[in-house]
Amino acid sequence: MDKISPSEITPEHLFFSRRQFLTSIGALVASSVLFSACKQQDVLSDTVTSDGCESAYASKSTDELGDDLTPCQSIINYNNFYEFTTEKEEVAYLARDFKTTPWTVKVGGLVNKPQTFDMDDLRRKFPQEERIYRLRCVEAWSMVIPWLGFPLAELLKEVEPTSKAKYVSFETLYDPEQMPGQNNRMFKWPYVEGLRLDEAMHDLTILATGIYGKSLSPQSGAPIRLVVPWKYGFKNIKSIVKIDLVEEVPVSLWMAAAPDEYGFYANVNPNVPHPRWPQSSERRIGEVSRRKTLLFNGYAEEVTHLYDGMDLRKFF
Amino acid sequence: MRKLQVSGLRWLIHVAALLPLAVIIWDLTQGQLTVNPIEQIQLRTGKSALVLLVLSLACRPLSMVHGLKWVLQLRRPLGLYAFTYATLHLLNFIGLDYGFDLTLLREDIAEKSFAFVGLAAFLLLLPVALTSTRGWMRRLGKNWERLHWMVYLAALLAVTHFLLQAKADFREPLIYGMAVLLLLLVRIPGVRRVVRTLRCRTEEKST
Repeated sequence: MDKISPSEITPEHLFFSRRQFLTSIGALVASSVLFSACKQQDVLSDTVTSDGCESAYASKSTDELGDDLTPCQSIINYNNFYEFTTEKEEVAYLARDFKTTPWTVKVGGLVNKPQTFDMDDLRRKFPQEERIYRLRCVEAWSMVIPWLGFPLAELLKEVEPTSKAKYVSFETLYDPEQMPGQNNRMFKWPYVEGLRLDEAMHDLTILATGIYGKSLSPQSGAPIRLVVPWKYGFKNIKSIVKIDLVEEVPVSLWMAAAPDEYGFYANVNPNVPHPRWPQSSERRIGEVSRRKTLLFNGYAEEVTHLYDGMDLRKFF
Repeated sequence: MRKLQVSGLRWLIHVAALLPLAVIIWDLTQGQLTVNPIEQIQLRTGKSALVLLVLSLACRPLSMVHGLKWVLQLRRPLGLYAFTYATLHLLNFIGLDYGFDLTLLREDIAEKSFAFVGLAAFLLLLPVALTSTRGWMRRLGKNWERLHWMVYLAALLAVTHFLLQAKADFREPLIYGMAVLLLLLVRIPGVRRVVRTLRCRTEEKST
């Protein structure tokens, strides 16, 4: 039998410390795996986390094309809302104390029955329904969002537009004390957007008051905002206080800021290029590779007839 | 003592220049790079490249200030780090963003001037970075300096690239633009002479 010299035997304390080391490495790996697993969990089922996503609910898990809904947490932490800041991740924080009660929406202009609604009126009068829509930002990213809301047409019928009314113009609250971004003089505040009357009356066009079965968070445009799914995201004006029926094309904030980049129509169209962002492809939030952008954001069947005979490159 | 100071500062530059990259990697592993990490990497690498490039251009004018000649030694590391971030910026765009899908890429950037201006800035920096060694300095002789003047052009193109990407709010890119123009201005011989005279006068006063 070969004799093992005592020097070759690992001393007891080293033997144990090595073991301890290995155990701690194991624990570290295990905990980090667990940690990342938990994180995954947060994203998938939004019920665990706080900040406006508790008990998030949607009737389906995909849109009609079979693409997954964007997690609630992603929707409420990545916002373009220049009234607060141009930094998308900081809007949620800066908007956290935004006051949405009391809130009224004044509807007037070329109508027979001008009216001012408060939010309770609107919720009572118009039954809230879920609409799962794709949202395509002009910056070439997109989401799938389960909105709660009601067709804008319902509200417009209530005020009875006159025969002179051709367009609808919308206005966001102007309150620089609450909305620090409105001190940015690069833009002409308040935010204004507009639709042609037939676009506004289209069944896909809604006024949204919620996301994932809950009231809108301030950063998502609380308490009421426009959603027109076949147009670029910036058309979906947030925190609306005023709706007017008008005869002339409204000049939106973006049309005033950069007329050669942002037109009145702003329909999602992969064939109409933009000087900065690629419009032929987009990144769905949560995905790595790009996907092709669909004409009218995938709602071509429903809305193409609105633009029959129009040169969409000219009317961008 | 001076030598120690310089080598200490060089170390500081290495650490400071690598910090943005370290933060990106950290945030990425922690899932803190927003829900659109590829866009975030693009923004951060671009900004780091521009800041480092402007700092590298600031070395020469700074070295003209009495007692700051050693600042010149920081020019090369700063420039090379700027180039490193520019490379990461380009790779992120082509590799992560477009997954090396050149057909899609061609389709998307066909009419985008920002992409071409950015690429031009990178292509100008490339030979400058490659010839930044002492060996190339010797081999190119007088031409080395001529070649390295292209850094100014690259910086102007980089600022233009930033400006073309800005969404209506041009304040930040304009600040960088002004910094580059100012740094270029002080290198024009006439202006340089004035700066020198001023320096002499202040030195006379102080002695």
